[in-house]
Amino acid sequence: MKVSDAICKFFETKNVEYVFGYPGGALLPMYESFRHSNFKHILVRNEQGAVHSASGYARISGKVGVCIATSGPGATNLITGIATAYMDSIPIVAITGQVNTEAIGKDSFQEADITGATEPFTKHNYLVKDPNDILRVLKEAFFIASSGRPGPVLIDIPRNVQDAHIDFDLSKEINILGYKPTTDGHSGQIKKIIQRIKKANRPLIYVGGGVFSAKATKELREFVKITKIPLVNTMMGLGAFPMDSPYYGGMVGFHGNEHSELILKEADLVLIIGARMSDRATMNFSSFKTDTDLIHIDIDPAEIGKNVVNQIPIVGDAKNILNSLNKKISTLKIEDWLNKVNDIKTFTENFVTTNTKTINPKIALRLLSSISPNDTIITADVGQNQIWAAKNFKYYGDRRYLTSGGLGTMGYSLSASIGAKLASPNREVICVTGDGGIQMLLAELGTLAESKAKVIILLFNNSALGMVKELQEKKYGKNAPFGIDYDLSPDFVKIAKAFSLSGERVYSNANLNKVYQKALSSEKSFLIECIVDKDFGTL
Amino acid sequence: MKNYVLSLLVENNSGVLSRVSGLFSRRGYNITSLSVGETENKNISRMTIVVFADEPTLEQIKKQLNKLINTIKITEFDYSNSIQRELILVKVKSSAKNRYQIIDVAGIFGAKIIDVISDEITLELTENENKIRSFIELLKPFGIIEFVRSGITGIEKKSI
Repeated sequence: MKVSDAICKFFETKNVEYVFGYPGGALLPMYESFRHSNFKHILVRNEQGAVHSASGYARISGKVGVCIATSGPGATNLITGIATAYMDSIPIVAITGQVNTEAIGKDSFQEADITGATEPFTKHNYLVKDPNDILRVLKEAFFIASSGRPGPVLIDIPRNVQDAHIDFDLSKEINILGYKPTTDGHSGQIKKIIQRIKKANRPLIYVGGGVFSAKATKELREFVKITKIPLVNTMMGLGAFPMDSPYYGGMVGFHGNEHSELILKEADLVLIIGARMSDRATMNFSSFKTDTDLIHIDIDPAEIGKNVVNQIPIVGDAKNILNSLNKKISTLKIEDWLNKVNDIKTFTENFVTTNTKTINPKIALRLLSSISPNDTIITADVGQNQIWAAKNFKYYGDRRYLTSGGLGTMGYSLSASIGAKLASPNREVICVTGDGGIQMLLAELGTLAESKAKVIILLFNNSALGMVKELQEKKYGKNAPFGIDYDLSPDFVKIAKAFSLSGERVYSNANLNKVYQKALSSEKSFLIECIVDKDFGTL
Repeated sequence: MKNYVLSLLVENNSGVLSRVSGLFSRRGYNITSLSVGETENKNISRMTIVVFADEPTLEQIKKQLNKLINTIKITEFDYSNSIQRELILVKVKSSAKNRYQIIDVAGIFGAKIIDVISDEITLELTENENKIRSFIELLKPFGIIEFVRSGITGIEKKSI
């Protein structure tokens, strides 16, 4: 069997539904095989869009996202998306075509050392020179991408290797000598944790995106139900715990809730679950008092003790560890602490001004939150729109919030929304973005239209890079903003329509409900362009 | 901050050295020396890496190295659990007058004389780091022209 056919057959054994990609000369054999395969190919407009779509797909389906690009510029266009997936621990297998084996290393046409280039931000990568290695490599890649701490794996395949013939034999078990992730927490450490939690007066749970990677939201909710310990989350952990719960203490971090930071500072024990304690989420590590005890649960041992010193480390899968804890832990007597948490929450409640001439994004998102289904998926870009969507859309039920939390990649939202919708066609998907972010990968509107995935795009247009403007003002003064204005913004509604999508511009919150209802009932993807005042703040 | 010796068993594939050394450079770790060669199993190589770090950084280095898929095992060496050696080739200025003094120094350390020409001698010594350092100190007064060191390599002692 041809290697390219074997790859398709392998994808079918892994139930790959979609491959997001862009063809090229170094992928001719692959695309010829794709033509006869069962999975669907989504043709993107830029390879970066392929990885982000695969990322959105992976995060909602819980499966490995697959993307493909040709050699040279195709492969290098994947880099930002791969680095984004690496920072957020998203399981992705990226296939790149490569020039023929005999042309490698000769600066051949469309040749790039993509394994070298992606080495720092792939979990692992391969250059397949021997056709007989391909099935082993594919098996290993899917296993590595989806096990332990998930992440992107890249496979670079020369064109002549794709054309070679091999026996399709998957019977050989994979055995990667250096890769044996620890998934069960050490029983001694679990015992220690339980003893320490029982002694705590003001315990707090601190949840990151690892809870989603471990598919442990049910276990987390059970843990809170049993123990009554309050919880805060990072931006990546949004949606892991319902915001309408009395135990919910808000979002921590640079743009988090003020009350969450105060709660964090009051805690005498913080149980960190699946969070990498980034500088943004820990406010440059000033979030904790120095004498607060920390318990850190993470599948990646390198995350424990990397940024904050922890008293009790426990390496393993959050689902397994929470399951073990749930069997042995009981309700704590911490009513006073809970009352205090709720007092702090009420005291610092954010009141939103309604007096704006144009769209108030906070009110807009609160409105949409109240009328959207409980399992709505929000994808957010990077910038003000990301923070507005994180803090004003309410996450409960099965609502999810997808964003580029680690790398902070603008342009993520639109492509991620396509993948998310394809992974879960019955759920509403709202792509929140800004005029800066959407223009990074604007042509992906074409991918969206062609894919037939129905997404509502909520575009906050303030004709500027709002968050950079704020940072400049904060650091250099009111007159400092420079290089952030779009003097010529396109007519986004016309552009949407040019891509055969629907769209409407909204100037005030009063009209938003009507347009949103129209978007909900629309059969096509619908772009709602919200005109926002340039000076409207993030917080 | 001090030097620590790490011994890594890694898969003997192309790109592994780049992954290991790249990890050091992009995370800002200070590498003092690195030596690498195939083991008795041709699929496995051993790298001996000397790093200059404090203890928390060393811990992080070990964890990050462990994360690499090609890393099979990491052992931290000290003098009690390992035998460590380094090779030095050193070229020293010599004259007819002091040649025998240099040969005496070589004799004390068990160094080999591998090349002699009219005004220089090249010596070879395989020893632990301390002895190499002393050897260099004793040769300095004669005038060292240049030397090359292989970096430390080591092997675990049999546990008793």
